[in-house]
Amino acid sequence: MPILHIKGLKKAFRGVAAVAGVDLTVEDNQIYSVIGPNGAGKTTLFNLISGYHTCDRGHVYFKGQEITGLPPEKIVGIGIGRSFQVTSIFPGLTVLENIRSTVLVTGKKGFSLFSQASKLGTKDSEETLSLVELLDKRNEPAGVLSAGDRKKLELGIVLATKPKLLLLDEPTCGMSTAETGSTIQMIRKIAQEMSLTVLFTEHKMDMVFNVSSYISVMNFGTIIASGRPEEIRNNQQVQEVYFGGAYAS
Amino acid sequence: MDATGKSKWIVGLAAAVLLIAFPLIIERLTSQYYLYLTVKIMIWALFATSFNLVLGYGGMMSFGHAAFYGAGAYCCALLLVKTACPVWAAALAGPAFAAAIGLVIGYFSVKIKGVFYFATLTLAFSQLFYILVFKWRSLTLGDDGIQGIPVPECISTLESYTNYYYFALVVTAICFYILRRIVQSPFGLILNTLRENAERSTFIGVNAQKHRLIAFVISAFFSGIAGVLLVFLETSLSPDVLKWSNSGEVILMGLLGGMHVFLGPTLGAAIMVLLNSFVTSYSEYWGLCLGLTLVLIVLFFPQGVGGLVHERLEARAKRKTA
Repeated sequence: MPILHIKGLKKAFRGVAAVAGVDLTVEDNQIYSVIGPNGAGKTTLFNLISGYHTCDRGHVYFKGQEITGLPPEKIVGIGIGRSFQVTSIFPGLTVLENIRSTVLVTGKKGFSLFSQASKLGTKDSEETLSLVELLDKRNEPAGVLSAGDRKKLELGIVLATKPKLLLLDEPTCGMSTAETGSTIQMIRKIAQEMSLTVLFTEHKMDMVFNVSSYISVMNFGTIIASGRPEEIRNNQQVQEVYFGGAYAS
Repeated sequence: MDATGKSKWIVGLAAAVLLIAFPLIIERLTSQYYLYLTVKIMIWALFATSFNLVLGYGGMMSFGHAAFYGAGAYCCALLLVKTACPVWAAALAGPAFAAAIGLVIGYFSVKIKGVFYFATLTLAFSQLFYILVFKWRSLTLGDDGIQGIPVPECISTLESYTNYYYFALVVTAICFYILRRIVQSPFGLILNTLRENAERSTFIGVNAQKHRLIAFVISAFFSGIAGVLLVFLETSLSPDVLKWSNSGEVILMGLLGGMHVFLGPTLGAAIMVLLNSFVTSYSEYWGLCLGLTLVLIVLFFPQGVGGLVHERLEARAKRKTA
């Protein structure tokens, strides 16, 4: 059974179709990327899967169970964690608190009124922080971190929700080439160690072809091609989209 | 125990001794009026601290907290005046009723997105409650207010404020202890995440509406206790307690004292009550004086007086360890 299965997904904003009938199947432990030009509908697709938007039509199944229309907190609870294109963390809390709060919610302790938060979940939080290489910055306010470290922290937050499927919306957006390389290595390593499935969008093509086991190309709200990296590289239509063919006429 | 923990204990102990010995000192030195003022500060401090759970920790700009303060006060006062209800039961019914009102107002308000609409809706609800109390003369006596509310002899303020001072001190201390526990609990931490970034919070699995509603009800409950303390202090009550200006005042106290420090609103309450008492005895321009103070604080110490002190202390502790 595929971990994620999407059938006929549609979403329009004020009559403009952002996602116009997408079918997609992600198998367990794949590193699956969705690429495409700006405005192709990648982020909307992620928003539909994660419950940020509700779809107009279509179905989303996670491990065979229908999750269409569930609110985000439910979808997180059953094992889909996501990051945002614009890094989303808790800037006023410390790095450790960012992770600890997530660990506590995931452990269903969020409504505990009289225990002391600072004494709970420390070990789990520190393990997560060492995975994303931020353990030495644990007591810093998250708001003062560099852009790259914020991305790592967000990844840590997502990992602390104990996901089975990671949705990463441009995980290296705004990073230097060096940072991009190390972050990708990190994601790959974590995915392997924790046997996670990763679905991500990205603009940096060399990176996409490097790490992905499967690629789908989106344009104008639909998937125009899917396949292994080498198949996509040689696909005529994809080349047109990326080298301006679709816009040239 | 480390050095900062130790010094915290010493400061806490000194404060406790001072608070306990305070009436004895006052009785020797000056008039009972200062004891009355101190109780007033405690009541406002409790009200402002409960309110701060919603604004400072939860990031919800409630502009209707006078409703809960007044609901607690009116429920308790009416039970005492109109029924044969025992005092302790009336005192407990006050905050329970306030929490129930909080549940109703909160239920609708937490669904609203945006600070402005949240403030408007809570204000509208509290004004509704104010008008209801004002107009429903047969039940509430309207703007005549309620006079001669019976208070048990052991905490009566007829002869001296000392007994009531200790009563209010114990109640406030217990409430502060509970509120402090809540703020430091997982519930409190998650409340912080909702203030910081509600979207991210939802995407770590937090049910934002439910969490906010619970915080709102807890806050209403403790505001109701402050209302009950007010009833016993004044032994009279008028609809003024429900006025929107009271909702505004707890916001100002938070601003003055600092919303991100637990004792900030307490400091703010002390500043407001004392300033009010001193300025109004010398001039009629209390509003002007308060306005100026606020402008200066917001311009130069946006983190509030308490926030400023907290920052300085932390910087000093850091220097020591470095």
